[in-house]
Amino acid sequence: MPTPSRYWREIPQRYRLEAAKCKNCGYIAFPPRLVCPRCQSRAFETIILADAGKIVTYTIIRVPPQPFSDQAPYAVGIVELDDGVRLTGQIVDCAFEELKIGKKVKVEFRKVYEEGEAGVIYYGYKFVPA
Amino acid sequence: MEGIIGYGASIPRNRIKVEEIAKVWGADAPSYKKGLLVEEKSVPSPDQDTITMSVEASKSALKRAGINPKEIGAVYIGSESHPYAVKPSGTVLAEAIGATPEVHTADLEFACKAGTEGMFIAWGLVKAGLIKYGLAVGADTSQGAPGDALEYTAAAGAAAYLFGREKVVAEVLETYSYTTDTPDFWRREYQYYPQHGGRFTGDPAYFKHIIGAAKGIMGKSGLKPTDFQYVIFHQPNGKFPLRVGEILGFAKKQIEPGWLVNKLGNTYSGSSPLGLTATLDISKPGDLVLIVSYGSGAGSDAFILKVTDRINEVRELAPKTRELLNKNRIYLEYGTYAKFRHKIRKAE
Repeated sequence: MPTPSRYWREIPQRYRLEAAKCKNCGYIAFPPRLVCPRCQSRAFETIILADAGKIVTYTIIRVPPQPFSDQAPYAVGIVELDDGVRLTGQIVDCAFEELKIGKKVKVEFRKVYEEGEAGVIYYGYKFVPA
Repeated sequence: MEGIIGYGASIPRNRIKVEEIAKVWGADAPSYKKGLLVEEKSVPSPDQDTITMSVEASKSALKRAGINPKEIGAVYIGSESHPYAVKPSGTVLAEAIGATPEVHTADLEFACKAGTEGMFIAWGLVKAGLIKYGLAVGADTSQGAPGDALEYTAAAGAAAYLFGREKVVAEVLETYSYTTDTPDFWRREYQYYPQHGGRFTGDPAYFKHIIGAAKGIMGKSGLKPTDFQYVIFHQPNGKFPLRVGEILGFAKKQIEPGWLVNKLGNTYSGSSPLGLTATLDISKPGDLVLIVSYGSGAGSDAFILKVTDRINEVRELAPKTRELLNKNRIYLEYGTYAKFRHKIRKAE
């Protein structure tokens, strides 16, 4: 499970979808990398990913890891954002029978996980029907 | 002149009908619906809270304003359901929209008035020239005790307003606040559900303060009810805003565009601010709009706004409030609602 410090380090990605775009070849790394896997350049600029996309594939989690047990069953999918980047995330506020490959979704800011009643609340991105 | 440069709303998709709640408690749904003028209310998903709705509403406000979030000098969230007792909601919002680190942030609390409180402060800082832009959000995931009359109305939603001097959508012409110490509704530390004074929440509380603020601001500005195109009052139920409007001399057609409560419920700190987003969605340049909030404890903030030409450019840049209210509704049974709202006691 994430610790508050790890969660804190990932805030730019989890809250704002900050990615690194290679200044040499245009490759987009999410989360950011130090070296471009395509051209080995180390020059990146920070970009914000698109806030909408479509479902590439999905599955229903019925036997979840313990911290997500209250949420099961829930949908997790790979979504291709409008800028071509593919992200994995929960797809919420959507009946399972309405999930379809190609369905348009948008990014929303949601609670992802909370450390019980007394711990830190971790926020991040999820997908909802557009 | 200073004013609103962007606005946005967030309403959860889940709904529960009055009938579904009344069925569980053996209550008479038609009399509740008639008494409250409420048919259904919004319910947050388990992964939604005051912070998440504030972020979504603020993102819409930013889309409409079209400004660089780094230039926002203040971020305020007004709510009585901040997820943490200690740790600010506003820092999450400021981080999520990219306004950190050069930004003043505070969480505000004043029952249902906390949203307009933030608006008052953000506007004041902009007017004073201390900040370029200020963001104020009213948001709540309010709780009513199971079986209590409040359970039929306690709902969830958020409205966000960006204030600035340029690219103004609605100028703030006048403000006025009316406050007394009136114990009509409260929640003590560590208590899960609020308590209220029943009928005492009416005349000496809601009506006295809203009428006081509305008459005060109209007296200060020299305007009368017929000068306004639209008016928004706090909406704890459907009846109160209509009645206070009638007492003050406003017509129903001035109130109705911002009267969301029959399908939304009472979104507490989000209530009158959400009514204003729905009103701005249909306003025309030159329209004068009056908004009067109410927060138990008790006080009212009033604003007179003048809509500018820019409204036509920004309206379509983010989802409209009535669309959020009427589209994609998911109806819950009481059991699911009780689970979503953590009303079921589980083993540790």
